[in-house]
Amino acid sequence: MALSTRHLLGLQSVPKEDIQTILDTAHTFREVLERPIKKVPTLQGKTIVNLFYESSTRTRISFELAEKRLSADAINFSVSGSSVGKGETFKDTIKNIEAMKVDMVIVRHSAAGTPLYLTKICDSNIINAGDGTHEHPTQALLDMYSIRQKIGKLEGLKVCIVGDVAHSRVALSNIFGLQTMGAKVSVCGPSTMIPKNINELGVDVIYNIDEAIQENDVLNVLRIQLERKAREYFPSIREYAKYFGITQERLDKNGKDILILHPGPINRGVELSSEVADGSNQIILYQVTNGVAIRMAVLYLLGTHN
Amino acid sequence: MKILLKNVDIIHPEDKLDIKGTTVLLDKGIISKIGELTRDDKADAKEFDFSGKIIVPGFFDMHVHLREPGREDEETVITGCNSAASGGFTGIACMPNTEPAIDTAEVLKFIKGKSSNHLVEVFPVAAATLGRKGEIISPMAELVEAGAVAFSDDGAAIKTSSVLKRAFEYSGMYNTPIIEHCEDESLSDGAMNEGINSTLLGLPPLPSVSEDIIVSRDILMADYTGGRIHIAHISTKNSVNLVREAKKRGVKVTAEVTPHHFTLTDDLIKSYDTNLKMSPPLRTQEDVNAIIKGLKDGTIDCIASDHAPHSIEEKESEFQYAPNGIVGLETIVGLSFSELIHKNKISLGDLIYKLSINPRKILNLPIPKFEVGSSANFSIIDPNYVWTVDILKFRSKSKNSPFDKRLLTGKSFAVINKQKMFFDGQLIDLTSV
Ligand SMILES: [Zn+2]
Repeated sequence: MALSTRHLLGLQSVPKEDIQTILDTAHTFREVLERPIKKVPTLQGKTIVNLFYESSTRTRISFELAEKRLSADAINFSVSGSSVGKGETFKDTIKNIEAMKVDMVIVRHSAAGTPLYLTKICDSNIINAGDGTHEHPTQALLDMYSIRQKIGKLEGLKVCIVGDVAHSRVALSNIFGLQTMGAKVSVCGPSTMIPKNINELGVDVIYNIDEAIQENDVLNVLRIQLERKAREYFPSIREYAKYFGITQERLDKNGKDILILHPGPINRGVELSSEVADGSNQIILYQVTNGVAIRMAVLYLLGTHN
Repeated sequence: MKILLKNVDIIHPEDKLDIKGTTVLLDKGIISKIGELTRDDKADAKEFDFSGKIIVPGFFDMHVHLREPGREDEETVITGCNSAASGGFTGIACMPNTEPAIDTAEVLKFIKGKSSNHLVEVFPVAAATLGRKGEIISPMAELVEAGAVAFSDDGAAIKTSSVLKRAFEYSGMYNTPIIEHCEDESLSDGAMNEGINSTLLGLPPLPSVSEDIIVSRDILMADYTGGRIHIAHISTKNSVNLVREAKKRGVKVTAEVTPHHFTLTDDLIKSYDTNLKMSPPLRTQEDVNAIIKGLKDGTIDCIASDHAPHSIEEKESEFQYAPNGIVGLETIVGLSFSELIHKNKISLGDLIYKLSINPRKILNLPIPKFEVGSSANFSIIDPNYVWTVDILKFRSKSKNSPFDKRLLTGKSFAVINKQKMFFDGQLIDLTSV
C-alpha cells in the first residue's frame, strides 16, 4: 500500500485509489486511537517539522498529535504573520530546516502555491496544511472519512459546501476529493463569495439555503470570516445569518435527516445556530477525532512507503 | 571608419523602400551609398556579409522601465540601454516610476545625461502627476521643454477623472500623449486574471473589467477634451474592442501590446512561477486571439516590452506577494517574429510599423531616413535565425523572464545609431579610424 505521490499538496490530481488507501488506512488508525495506549512505533526515528506561517492552533495540534502517536520526532516552527517581501528569508529558512535532516515538512502558509514551491527547493516529503485560499487536503480527507463512516459511502452522495467558498481553502479540496470519489458537489452562499467559473468544475451553484438543505445528503458548512476584509463581501452578519445561516427551524421545515459538517471554529448564530451546532445532525467533534486518524494515515503512507 | 554591409535586404515601409540583396556603405555612421559600389568606395572599408538579414528603421520600444534613479541594483540607464541594443533597439521611452519619479526637469535631464553617449536614445516619459500620486499635474511645460515625450503615472492609472481631465487639457497644449496603465485601483488587489484558473489555484482574482473600465473612461475623456490617449500594454478582448470602436469614431487613441500578452495565457500559472506575474496579468486564449486580431487590423499600433527588471530576491517569493513584471528588451524581437511573422499573423511591413515607425509617430519623434547623408539608424535582423533564450546572456542586470530556454526564430544581429554600432556583443565607435 503506497501512494502514487511523494507529497500531498492538494486533492486536485490525487487518484481515487490513493484517496481510498488514505481513508482505509485512517480507519485502522482510528482503531488505535480507541486503545488505552494510543501510540505505535511506525515513524520512530523520523523527524517532522510543522512549519506554520499562519497561526492555526487546531490544525497544528492535530498534526502534532498524529506525529506523536506515530512516534515521530515533531518540531514546531511557527512564524507569526506572513512573510511578505521576504522571499529569500523564506527560502533560507527552508534550507536551514532541511540541513537539520528533516524527513517531512507540514506547511501552512497564507500564500497559495507555497507547498509546491517547497517541493522544488527541498527533498523532504511535503504535506500541505492549507495554502492561501487554495487547498487544505487533510481537512477534505477527514471530511470525506467522516461522511463515509456516518453514511457508509461517498459514491452518489449529494454534498453541498455552504458559505464563503471563494475565501476557503477547504472548499476546493472537498470539491476535488468528493468528485473523485463519485459524489455530486454543489456550493451555496452569497454570490460574492462564490468564485468565478466554479460551474466549470461541474459544481452547481445554489443561492437558496432551503433548496440546499432539501437537495443534499450532506452540508459542509464553512466558517464565515468576520474580520474587516472578508466582511466587505456581504452586507451584514444579520443578513448572512438570516439568508444563509442554518437553524433547527430550517432543518425541521425541510424535513431532512441531513449530515452537517463544519471545519471549526464555529461562529454560533452566524453560519450555524447554537441549536444546530450542538444538535443531532452535526458531527463536528467527530471530525476533530477523525482529523488525527487521517493525518496519521497520510504521515504513515508518505513517511514509510516513499 | 567606413563599413560595408553586403548582401542585405533593406525594408522601410514608410518610405516605400524594399530592396533585396544590396550593399550599404556607411562612412563614420553616415549613409554614403546604397547599391552599386565602386572600387574606391570599397577601399579600406570593413566588410560585413549580412546575407539573409534585413535592415529596417531602428526599432523603438516605447515602454521600458529603467530603474535609475532608485533601484540601480535592478537596472541602470546604461545596462538598460545595453539590453535594448542587444535586443535590437536604437531608441526607447522610459517610464517615470523611478525613485524619485520623473516629475521634475532635473530627474529627466539626469536620465538623458546618463544615456547621452550611448547608441540607444532614451526618451523619458514624465509623470503625469507629482510623485505619481494622482493629485496635482506635473510641471508639464517644463518637462516637455526638458525632453518629455509623453506623460504617464504608469504602474497605475491617473487616479481620478478630474485630474485626468486636467492632464489631457494641459498636455494638449504640447500635443503630448497621455500613456495610461489602465487598471481600476479598487478592482486590482488580485494576483492573477479572474477566471477558472484563479479559482483552481486559489490566487486572489483580478477581473479583466478592471482594465476595460479605465480604457472606457480614458477614451471618453480623450474624446471630450480632444486629448491624445495611448493605452499601454492592452490585455483584454473588451479593451481591444473599445479601442477599435473609438478609433472609428475619430478619438485620438493608440494602443500597444507586450509580447507576453500575445504569447502567453494564465493557463501557465499552474507552476506559480513568479516570472508569470505581471500587471496587467496574463489573460485567456480568447483575449490573446482578440489581441492578434487587433494587431492585424491596426487597432493595436505598437509592440512594446514593458521591460520591468526585478531582483532575484524580490521575484523569489510567494506568487501573490511577488512584484509584477518581466524583462523583455532581449526577447521582444524574437517573440514578435516567432509568434506574428512565422505564424503568418501580420506582415513584415506591419511589424516594422509596430516596432519602429508607430511608436515614434505617437511620441512625435522623427522617423529614421534611409537616404544618403543621413545618420544611419538601423536594426539589422535575421528573421530566420533559430536560437534559444538564455537569461544568463541578457545584458539587462535582471533575469526575470518566463521565456528562458524558449526556442525562438528571428533575432537582431546588429544595431547602428548615433555613429555607433552594436554587433557581436561589442559596441563599435564608427567615427574612429
Ligand atoms: Zn504599466
